[in-house]
Amino acid sequence: MLYREAGQFKSTYAEDQQIFPILQDRIGIGVILVFAFFVVPAIATQYWFSALLTPFLILSLAALGLNILTGYAGQLSLGTAAFMAVGAFMAYNAELRIPHIPLLGSFAIGGLCAAAVGIVFGLPSLRIKGFYLAVATLACQFFVLWAINRVGWITNYSSSGVISAQKIVIFGHTVGTSAGKYLLTLTIVAVMALLAKNLMRSETGRAFMAIRDMDVAASVIGIPMMKTKLMAFAISSFYCGVAGAMYAYCYLGTVEPEAFNLDLSFRILFMIIIGGVGSIMGSFLGAGFITLVPIFLNLSTDWISSTFNIEISHTVVSNGEAIIFGALIIFFLIVEPLGLARLWQIAKEKLRLWPFPH
Amino acid sequence: MNFFIEVLAGGLLAGVMYSLVALGFVLIYKASGVFNYAQGSLVFVAALTFVSLLERNVNFWLALAITLVVMVVVAVVTERVVLRPLVNQPPITLFMATIGLSFVLEGLSQMTWGAQPHGLELGIPDVPIEWLSQKANINISQLDLFAALVAGVLVAGLAVFFQKTRIGRALRAVADDHQAALAVGIPLQHIWAIVWAVAGFVALVAGLMWGARNGVQYALTFVALKALPVLILGGFESIPGAIVGGLIIGASEKVAEVYLGPYVGGGIESWFPYVLALAFLLVRPQGLFGEKIIDRV
Repeated sequence: MLYREAGQFKSTYAEDQQIFPILQDRIGIGVILVFAFFVVPAIATQYWFSALLTPFLILSLAALGLNILTGYAGQLSLGTAAFMAVGAFMAYNAELRIPHIPLLGSFAIGGLCAAAVGIVFGLPSLRIKGFYLAVATLACQFFVLWAINRVGWITNYSSSGVISAQKIVIFGHTVGTSAGKYLLTLTIVAVMALLAKNLMRSETGRAFMAIRDMDVAASVIGIPMMKTKLMAFAISSFYCGVAGAMYAYCYLGTVEPEAFNLDLSFRILFMIIIGGVGSIMGSFLGAGFITLVPIFLNLSTDWISSTFNIEISHTVVSNGEAIIFGALIIFFLIVEPLGLARLWQIAKEKLRLWPFPH
Repeated sequence: MNFFIEVLAGGLLAGVMYSLVALGFVLIYKASGVFNYAQGSLVFVAALTFVSLLERNVNFWLALAITLVVMVVVAVVTERVVLRPLVNQPPITLFMATIGLSFVLEGLSQMTWGAQPHGLELGIPDVPIEWLSQKANINISQLDLFAALVAGVLVAGLAVFFQKTRIGRALRAVADDHQAALAVGIPLQHIWAIVWAVAGFVALVAGLMWGARNGVQYALTFVALKALPVLILGGFESIPGAIVGGLIIGASEKVAEVYLGPYVGGGIESWFPYVLALAFLLVRPQGLFGEKIIDRV
């Protein structure tokens, strides 16, 4: 009833191929954007901005980047955090060394550097496939962190390898509050997500999906293997690089290379698996899930210890969280291997017929 | 020259330790096509259980037996709860499930036994062999040599197990072709539980060796990361590959660290094996002994 496209006729090709072809989708996206831009800043607290919303958005962008590579182009990667690290540290250097560069310019430079690194480490994908490639991308993860720790120039010769992000200045305004950082993040993420959505209906996006589904067949029908695979790595790493730059500037502030360790790569991989591989919206759903679960577990242990008046020792809490987190992942994989995005699809099918399913 | 031989031998023996971990990966991948990220956790669980039992004054052999039972239980439960419901899912889903499994295993074992590091004494001191250092001025640790011996025995034992026993033949049949194995009446689920139990046994051996070397602590789970380049170099499906790959990785890593490390600031052990394996894969995409990948439309 609510979600029914009956009666929405497309009379031109342009209408048929628009990004959101169904009216309800357009309204829904509009409502979400208005809510995120105007309502959330009015009701959220400082804690919400800095501990929940901003990291959620940034990690969504990183997950989106990985989803372009793994979900759409089918190249499994375990080096996401490394690309984020390149983005973060190169944005810092751009801001530091190029005079009068606007911050968004630095973010873009961080992203482009990440894309360059992505292309270099994407080269093996022309020969190697599957898990061999996944392990090969680990080389990127370890090499990049090593390079950041060893090459003094990258961290501006700080002895511990820790950098402090410069002040965020956009068009002469200093963005210092957590609400301001949230809005900046939201704007970038919204624009880039829309671009990604657009990319996936273009020729490039279709080439990605053809390679994912069967790369031999794709090359037989004339899709240039090298160009497309490297493009997937470049675009994906660009997204991750920008996400990394924002992770440094809008979320952490003070960044050590270890913030981008293998754990972060795995967390982002979890996000796309739980959210839905090969789905833009899945990246957001998965990021929300992975960000919220630890907080939720934390709250519930607090609640249990206060209501039942039992003292839970720290080791039990941290190990218990790990166990529940791991078990939840296994549970989700078993119950819905296609992710949360698939649940939304099922819901849409149901809504189409609701409330009269016959 | 002596120094070079010492570095090389040390590397080769360290490589054997990597091979021990890589073996567990290969066993599971061969039989079920699952890339088991939790192998490092299995090593950790085995070592931690064993050392905690020892500290509670359990007899050495009894502790070994109990740990083995624990590993078998873990294998059976994993097969039941994780693998069986995920049959026929794409490999990446199974891979993610094993990452989840590693969280659960690490959490459970640390909750049971505590998170503090333990020392492990096997009765073999980690000191150079005397007559070798006197005669040829080469220092090789006794423990390393012992580990190499154990690995040799283990591989020989596994080879006999795979070639001569009924279960071993069933395992090879399943590795060859799941459907054909099912068709001749081999129970797939039992085989998986068995192979996970064997991998658990290998993890126990690896855990004892690594534990005696570096102490039993959380960092033990990271040895899995050391075994991955060994795997891709040797090929996922090949037991000899795991051994040869381990030797190559171990030797070249140590040699590179000693001779190349000083020029680039040291610490290259963390990534050098991966880059080496990567360069190697560019020539042979399936690794040294991996099955040839045939693409068909």
